[in-house]
Amino acid sequence: MNTRQQSKIIYSWYGSPMSSDRKLRTLQYKGIIIKSERSRTETCIQLGDFILVEGENADQPFVAQLLDLYEDGAQEKHAVVQWFSHITEIPQNKRKLLKREVSPQEVFFDQVSCYDTDIAVETIIKSIMVIPLHLGEELPISLNKEQIFYVKQSWDGKCFKALSPDTFSKLKEASKKGGGIPNSSNSFIPSDIISPVKKERERVVRSATKPNNVELEIESKHSASKSSLAKERHSQRVAHGTKTPTARKKLELNSPTRSKDRMLGCEVLELLDDDCDNVAPLEPSATKRKVKFTGILGSPPKIPCANDKSKSISDTAEHWQRFSDTIQLSPYSKVKESSEKAKNLHTKDDTISLVGHQKVGSQSPVLTPRSRRICAQNTSARIREQISILNTLELNQEEDFLSSSDDSYSSSSEDDEESDVLCTPEKKTKSSRVFSTPKSSRKSSVHTPAKTLKKTPLPGTPKTPRNATPEIPRRSHATQKPASILEEARLRLHVSAVPESLPCREEEFQDIYNFVESKLMDGTGGCMYISGVPGTGKTATVHEVIRCLQQAAENDDLPSFQFVEINGMKLTDPHQAYVQILELLTGQKVTATHAAVLLAKLFNTPGPKRKTTVLIVDELDLLWTRKQNVMYNLFDWPTQKHSKLIILAIANTMDLPERIMMNRVASRLGLTRMSFQPYTYKQLQQIISSRLNSMKAFEEDAIQLVSRKVAALSGDARRCLDICRRATEICEFASRKRTPEIVRMAHITEAIDEMFSSPYINAIRNASLHEQIFLKAILAEFRRAGVEEATVQQVYHQHVALCRIEGMQSPTVSEIMAVCSRLGACRLLLVESSNKYLHMRVRLNISQDDVMYALKDE
Amino acid sequence: MSKRKSKESSGANGECVSQVQKILRERFCHRSATGKLFGIERQHRHLLELLKRTTVHGESNSALIIGPRGSGKTALLNHVLKELTEMKQVKENLLEVHLNGKVKGNCQFFMKNHFLSGLLQTNDKVALKEITRQLHLENVVGDKVFGSFAENLAFLLEALRKGDRTSSCPILFVLDEFDLFVHHKNQTLLYNLFDISQSAQTPITVIGLTCRQDILELLEKRVKSRFSHRQIYLMNSFDFKQYIRIFKEQLSLPAEFPDKSFAQKWNNNIQHLSEDKTVKDVLQNLFHYTKDLRSLHLLLMLAVSNVTVRHPLIAASDLQEASKQIRMDSKANIVHGLSVLEICLIIAMKHLNDVYEGEPFNFQMVYNEFQKFIQRKAHCMYNFEKPVVMKAFEHLLQLELVKPIERPSVRAQREYLLMKLLLDNNQIMDALQAYPNCPTDVKQWAASSLSWL
Repeated sequence: MNTRQQSKIIYSWYGSPMSSDRKLRTLQYKGIIIKSERSRTETCIQLGDFILVEGENADQPFVAQLLDLYEDGAQEKHAVVQWFSHITEIPQNKRKLLKREVSPQEVFFDQVSCYDTDIAVETIIKSIMVIPLHLGEELPISLNKEQIFYVKQSWDGKCFKALSPDTFSKLKEASKKGGGIPNSSNSFIPSDIISPVKKERERVVRSATKPNNVELEIESKHSASKSSLAKERHSQRVAHGTKTPTARKKLELNSPTRSKDRMLGCEVLELLDDDCDNVAPLEPSATKRKVKFTGILGSPPKIPCANDKSKSISDTAEHWQRFSDTIQLSPYSKVKESSEKAKNLHTKDDTISLVGHQKVGSQSPVLTPRSRRICAQNTSARIREQISILNTLELNQEEDFLSSSDDSYSSSSEDDEESDVLCTPEKKTKSSRVFSTPKSSRKSSVHTPAKTLKKTPLPGTPKTPRNATPEIPRRSHATQKPASILEEARLRLHVSAVPESLPCREEEFQDIYNFVESKLMDGTGGCMYISGVPGTGKTATVHEVIRCLQQAAENDDLPSFQFVEINGMKLTDPHQAYVQILELLTGQKVTATHAAVLLAKLFNTPGPKRKTTVLIVDELDLLWTRKQNVMYNLFDWPTQKHSKLIILAIANTMDLPERIMMNRVASRLGLTRMSFQPYTYKQLQQIISSRLNSMKAFEEDAIQLVSRKVAALSGDARRCLDICRRATEICEFASRKRTPEIVRMAHITEAIDEMFSSPYINAIRNASLHEQIFLKAILAEFRRAGVEEATVQQVYHQHVALCRIEGMQSPTVSEIMAVCSRLGACRLLLVESSNKYLHMRVRLNISQDDVMYALKDE
Repeated sequence: MSKRKSKESSGANGECVSQVQKILRERFCHRSATGKLFGIERQHRHLLELLKRTTVHGESNSALIIGPRGSGKTALLNHVLKELTEMKQVKENLLEVHLNGKVKGNCQFFMKNHFLSGLLQTNDKVALKEITRQLHLENVVGDKVFGSFAENLAFLLEALRKGDRTSSCPILFVLDEFDLFVHHKNQTLLYNLFDISQSAQTPITVIGLTCRQDILELLEKRVKSRFSHRQIYLMNSFDFKQYIRIFKEQLSLPAEFPDKSFAQKWNNNIQHLSEDKTVKDVLQNLFHYTKDLRSLHLLLMLAVSNVTVRHPLIAASDLQEASKQIRMDSKANIVHGLSVLEICLIIAMKHLNDVYEGEPFNFQMVYNEFQKFIQRKAHCMYNFEKPVVMKAFEHLLQLELVKPIERPSVRAQREYLLMKLLLDNNQIMDALQAYPNCPTDVKQWAASSLSWL
């Protein structure tokens, strides 16, 4: 789906190269034409226009101004842009610097240096308007949120500044050129040029909405759940006012941002529901007339532009030529675009003069009318959508039609009323909608009325609050502060206590830091594999590195980056890794397979303005699958040219790549490896001392004893800390009556014994007499048979014999069975399942010597 | 006159007896926290301190309580938890007085328990759901249907990650039958619980209860590293003197018993019993077999149920009787109820076992052996038809005195199916001794092993 969609959008240069650079072998252009084959529309965007650029998240495209367009030696089309930051792109902690509410329509002139201003042309979605305002100014009210943005301040990564007069005037100029004067405005082009090429009967003046488009949209919307690209693009276009009736499917796919519109739709649906039985076909002529009206209503802002278009017109003449047929199909758009087409103007004459007159009356001629127009368009688009949903119902169109036509007539003729009518009136807009697209709606939606009806209520009631944040209740009283020196020490020795620094891992720290830093500087990707036995500080060190890097990024020493962590043990299934990564990166929640597709797209395509991602994969070995596709993907992404992904993989075994990975995976992992050696006793000693931080809670010798013991066993720092903690407890017990003392060797020894002594000997010594005799009988039977396995029956005979020797009453078989199963439950013995009764085989789970040693002492 | 008096006293006695039965049965059957703990003061203190630190300081911990079945692991934990809640009430009251209403509703040591049993929560998914339920997080989720295990885990981890040491309410996780959790896939649940207990998140304490001594070897290395290695062993490490004392305490009536004189009488009787030779023998015997208190309870239960109005005090003979019942050999008991023909078949099998040293046999061999006996020795035995003998043999099969060593297949004839006898020679001889009206020649045949051939 994805690729198909992509192939349908064609980007071509507008005009011939303006200039070329021999050395760089680049050709510069002044505009680009975006042609969507499926919807048969073309949009021309020129230098200085404001555009929307695809972001990593479908809901949040970036705003930018087009500065340059060029084609490089490899025939790839590039664009150079000036970014604008949306409030959501600014780090949370910096937002408060603004000290004011920010409307979602406001953007900030972006002066952050680390963003790449060179983007691929393919990521441009459409053009929009950005209007500079002075700091004190209120945002003009307008409903068209997707198309107009306002800029008041600039953002340089650290603080907000008012726009410099220079920038302001430049922006002003650009926006004027773009938005204020329709004829020259390129930003207008999308909505105006885009014109129905299809031979549909309804030549709706509202040229942005093409019935044929509609169908496409339904289709693409439908598939949107699978293809993010399609979703992005289409939701953009839909927002733009192209939203068209038949998008029935849209309802089901209810995305959170749209829900409001949906609700509206539902209401309308209900309203219209009543009328649904009367089916009245529209006469085409009526439709046309109606259509004209709406067109006129929409057009007023254009008229002023007509006057000073001349120079740009000459530029674009050639362009228009190419479009001529399109233009002919939609006279109104043509009017807007080229004032030269006089005959078109004629047809409009009276209306135009009327509206123009009114125009003059309004105080901010450039802004308000336009925004109104847009808002009207927008509402109308919404309503059209709703109606399209309903059109299955075959509304009583005639009635509606008549009344609305009256409305619009009166509104357009009465100057004062007009603006009101344009802005909101539900009824009017609704009816105009009905007129503009009756055919398409009927055509596409008639076939499944029942289904539509049933589906509609569903989306309105989202059953899962997506952002439910679970929380453990607070405790009602604060925790007690540590009272004694031992308690304080215990607190510091807890593994969870975060030390100020990580002693003994400076070298590893430096290596990892350098690796990540260099990759960050270059803006490239890479992998590093970190191994080491448990408790050697791998994860802690990596986290420390990230913390330092984040600090550096905050101080602007490094480009900022995104940090994502996953842990193989915290995933229920290796494929869940995709889901978690995607959720942490973009906040989307999707299924594993879809997440894999989205991530692949994210990392494989050149993403403008994307920060480098640092990904920590803990417990890598658990991401192993039979096909190893999870690991393969993880390590493949960093090798992509545009991925900007740095992976730090952590696992226990040094030779994991050789042992469990296929060659192709191992080779992608690369050779950057690091292994954490187990701590030596000196290092452990240092760790404890640094944690205690010169508190006199331990004897020096005691610390050394722990360190040596643990270093000899495993070198696991966690173990070391746990022993120390236990020792403080023992010390506390011992010293309860006497004066408080510090932890001595004896306490440490006791703690170590408690943790490491084998429980078996103790268990045997505390077993009952017959249990002990049974063990003896087993030993005797083993010696007799020479095999380390016996059946209960054999052991029973030995047992009876032993009992006779000791002069005891011999046990019954049931008792022996009970003794045997008790020992088996403790795992002193390994026994078969008990349904074999006397013939079940028995083995010792500990060495014979241990048993003898344990029994001899008695 | 005297008659009426005795009737009255018997009425009063009846009430007392039913009271006694009620009290003692509750004591033996419910593992209530009210019972006393014997010989585990050290472990008790260790656990109490551990949980107290979790509640007071918000310190995360993990520990395992290891001990054979019936050694009082759960009882210990319940005991400690009860003590903790009592303690908090004491402190709460104090706070109320001093701070005057500053404490609202919740207490300082508000704490939650999670009882998870390995036998109920058979996999991590079920366990997670149970945790969510017990944490009362499901109402936070609203009507969210927990679609996937993955979502559930992420949800819970997020919930626990949110908290921190000083402000969140500490949570206690109790994992019963801990060894069964070890077999869950990847030990995900254990890893996550231990990981939280070792990181600066919501303070949690994980207590595992298990009877397996080799539990640490079952933990995966990463899980093991995160476990704090606190092991509390319960070993039944008391000697016989203490055992007698436990016996006494378990049977004694509490001071708050309504009828003081009866309680006095009863307790004196118990004191006498504990010094009685036969009672001591009975207890000694039991003590030699098993030290766990549950079997002692079972013995006492049987004895106590013999107490009636006519027989208001426990006698030594009651205990002896109970002991005999407990020690009964179940398989040998079945033999008592068999017919003479079936006994003969068992004896034939016994001989076959002796001759072939425990090799498996089939019906045909048993039948031949039986035929030999009939022809040569038996004077009073009727020579049964083969199908009748077969029927008897199948009855033995049903009683599981005989067990086929392979699954019966369609092809193999029933006569030639290989079998093993599930009785030992001693059991057979004992059973024959007790068998009523056993023909003497059968008895002789059983005893004579090979010599009669």
